[in-house]
Amino acid sequence: MRQHWWKALCVLLLAYTVIAGLMMPVPPLPIIHESIRNLFFHVPMWFTMMILFVFGFCYGIRYLIKGNLKDDIYSVQFIIVGLIFGSMGMVTGMEWAKYTWGQPWSNDPKQLGAALSMLIYFAYFALRGAIPDEEKKAKIAAVYSIFAFALMIPFIWILPSLTDSLHPGSGGNSGFNTYDLDNELRKVFYPAVIGWFLLGLWITSLFIRMKLLKQRELLKEIKAAQATGQPLE
Amino acid sequence: MNDQQKKPAIRRRTALLLAILLLMSKFSFAVDVSPVKMDDALWSNGKIYVVVLVVLTIFLGIILTLIHLERKIKKLEKQVQ
Repeated sequence: MRQHWWKALCVLLLAYTVIAGLMMPVPPLPIIHESIRNLFFHVPMWFTMMILFVFGFCYGIRYLIKGNLKDDIYSVQFIIVGLIFGSMGMVTGMEWAKYTWGQPWSNDPKQLGAALSMLIYFAYFALRGAIPDEEKKAKIAAVYSIFAFALMIPFIWILPSLTDSLHPGSGGNSGFNTYDLDNELRKVFYPAVIGWFLLGLWITSLFIRMKLLKQRELLKEIKAAQATGQPLE
Repeated sequence: MNDQQKKPAIRRRTALLLAILLLMSKFSFAVDVSPVKMDDALWSNGKIYVVVLVVLTIFLGIILTLIHLERKIKKLEKQVQ
């Protein structure tokens, strides 16, 4: 991850997203009009959050298997940055909803599901804060993060698509594919998702390096304790 | 026997209903098809380019901050080792 090419790719993709996303001709859609361009900005926030949570989940499991505190730090930072992106997805979604659905919050199943799974992830930090012992904290938090991830999938993907939702692709609503008759939107949407995800990854990598610097004494102590087989007091 | 006699009548009724629905949907479709009026005010004077420029500037600023941060962290990492 110390290489730089993917950061350059991230900048290029996002510059393309901003320029093409704001200037390309869009299909004329009722009510949504020009605001369909939000597709390149609002939707990738959620995609980025999901992928970052997948990373957080994997590092949580890795910590449980190997017991290396570094993996716990990775897991936490992925979840922090995922929540930042999720918050931005929430705010931009409410802004968009105000002008298309008439109100920022309409108790739409997908809105509720996203809010719930974000609350579950916020509780992850409350849980961490409540346990002073570093290793116990990491272990319990890793187990909890598996539950949080497992709950997010039905909350965001499965339940909203079973009921009527204002979001496209749910209930009786047509999906994104019917908006995009000539595949023009896709040409910006997919690069946008990759670009925003790479930005999330970049920010996370900085967060991780900061935390590793901050915790280096603790990491050293734990390593020494593990080498001598003595428990950390 | 009674049931079988009833069936064609039901079928005829459904067919009629379907025909009416189809006709209605055709009319409502005709309404939908009328071109959507897009908000062209933003584009009429060409100043949308200013917005693109502003967003790009902000984006560049964020990226430069990230690069700056990354360099700082790298320096710290070297000091620690």
